[in-house]
Amino acid sequence: MKVIMCAGPPTSGKTTVLKQSARKLISKGCKLAYLKIDVQFADEDEIFREEFGIPARKLYSGDLCPDHCSVLVLGDAIRWAGQEKADVLFVETAGLCLRCAPYINGSLGIVVLEATSGMNLPRKIGAMLSLADVAVVTKIDLVSQAEKEVFRANITDAADIAVVETDALHGINIEPVVGRIEKMAEIQEPLMLRGSPPVATCTICVGKKDIGWEKHFGIVRTLESDLFYRGQ
Amino acid sequence: MEIKKITVIAGRGRDGKKEPLEGLELQMGDIASIVGPTGSGKTALINDIGLFADGSTPSRRRILINDAAPSREFLEDPSKNPIALITQHTSFLSDMPVYKFLTLHARIRKSGKPEVIVEETLDFANQLTGESIITDSAMTELSGGQSRALLIADAVIIGNSPIILLDEIENAGIDRNKALELLRKYEKIFIFVTHDLGIALLSNYRLVMSGGAMQKLIVTEEEEKRMAEKFKVLDEVTLHFRDRIRAGDRLAEKDLTERLRRAQKTLI
Ligand SMILES: Nc1ncnc2c1ncn2[C@@H]1O[C@H](COP(=O)(O)OP(=O)(O)OP(=O)(O)O)[C@@H](O)[C@H]1O
Ligand SMILES: Nc1nc2c(ncn2[C@@H]2O[C@H](COP(=O)(O)OP(=O)(O)O)[C@@H](O)[C@H]2O)c(=O)[nH]1
Ligand SMILES: [Mg+2]
Ligand SMILES: [Mg+2]
Ligand SMILES: [Zn+2]
Repeated sequence: MKVIMCAGPPTSGKTTVLKQSARKLISKGCKLAYLKIDVQFADEDEIFREEFGIPARKLYSGDLCPDHCSVLVLGDAIRWAGQEKADVLFVETAGLCLRCAPYINGSLGIVVLEATSGMNLPRKIGAMLSLADVAVVTKIDLVSQAEKEVFRANITDAADIAVVETDALHGINIEPVVGRIEKMAEIQEPLMLRGSPPVATCTICVGKKDIGWEKHFGIVRTLESDLFYRGQ
Repeated sequence: MEIKKITVIAGRGRDGKKEPLEGLELQMGDIASIVGPTGSGKTALINDIGLFADGSTPSRRRILINDAAPSREFLEDPSKNPIALITQHTSFLSDMPVYKFLTLHARIRKSGKPEVIVEETLDFANQLTGESIITDSAMTELSGGQSRALLIADAVIIGNSPIILLDEIENAGIDRNKALELLRKYEKIFIFVTHDLGIALLSNYRLVMSGGAMQKLIVTEEEEKRMAEKFKVLDEVTLHFRDRIRAGDRLAEKDLTERLRRAQKTLI
């Protein structure tokens, strides 16, 4: 099984890039499965099921950080895709957490960024970009070549990463993404997260709204101190 | 790498059928226009060229540079990309100040001393605009015409690109005759997507598009070139009155009659 993990801010074009890639892979005889992880709403599973007739499902992470949620469920998801006889599993993440990165070792980590998003975006998204294998820039049909080139430079300044510029809406320049999927290796046990995630799943994550570290448990900090553990 | 030639190998039109024209080959110094009704695939064609299509775009066209498949480097390192594509979109999205943006782009394009290059770029752009560009205003604050002028200047001077693709330069609200005059001083391959008579006739070739397919290539004949001179005279009459309106003046019929009479001497 090959595992593709697609991250990127909301509306950056993750679904569109995966759809265009799916179309090309399916026409070459590849069998796909699709999983969408989001916080509270997603309809992408229906899109993939209806448009391509492939096994597709979604998962809401609710109170949990969606990238942490993905750590918990990805083992099950790969087994599920195996039972569905898929060669390739697409995982589209929520793409919200700018501190975590969902990519696992041996997967193809794709970060999708829209060229229209502002020149500084690559500097703001940290591990989501730096731990990916390839940055796919979408919506180049909406920007000038000069801006496209400056955006690319801002990406490669922030991370040592391959960049593919696409007009995903019209399926332009998707081929390099498909080529990487065809060339990549199958995923191997043990499955390991690529980067170590920052502290999370604290009492704030699970919905306690009180302000002030004295009100919280787990890993906390004060304005002056470093992180420390505060037990219940 | 010295660019001598660009080739478009035909693919398929929107109906999936083979394009009537088998391809297009342009040598350094050539000027070509792409003409055809709206929706006929003109923009799609120059996008194919700009992306060095390799058979994987919807049209299945392929682009060769100097008779060979283009190097991946062209797309991966902007400083090696021989093509500048100026699209129909006339606005910038970046709120970076003009001067900073141009300096950054000059550095990426490795086009020489950024300060000198940026001055030259602004000078070129300002010759095409009504009002000069203020260099510490944000890119997003430029008008459509100023943005277009700056993009053209950026492609020619910062990009120093040997192949320039321009989508509907006439709709940019810039001085089109001045733009053509400035551009022709540079030895490049120019490809203009255009609905404009003057631009089409000034080209060595015009490529006719319809249904998303390249239909035929017409070489501009001497007779047509002579006609182009006359259209230009007519055009200048119209432009004169456009400028009067822009300046907030009233138009006088006597002025028109006089100008037409004078034009007639060169026309007939
Ligand atoms: N060979 C082709 N195969 C598939 N689709 C095509 C082809 N050529 C053009 N198209 C599609 O047809 C539509 C119209 O084409 P395009 O935008 O290039 O028209 P145009 O000639 O530039 O029109 P305008 O003069 O209005 O700018 C686009 O969506 C484009 O992607
Ligand atoms: N013009 C243009 N629109 C795009 C492109 N890629 C995506 N879009 C549009 O952007 C919107 C959001 O895309 P989507 O794939 O749903 O983003 P996601 O939230 O990251 O999955 C949709 O309306 C897409 O049609 C592109 O390359 N060009
Ligand atoms: Mg989506
Ligand atoms: Mg067009
Ligand atoms: Zn997180």
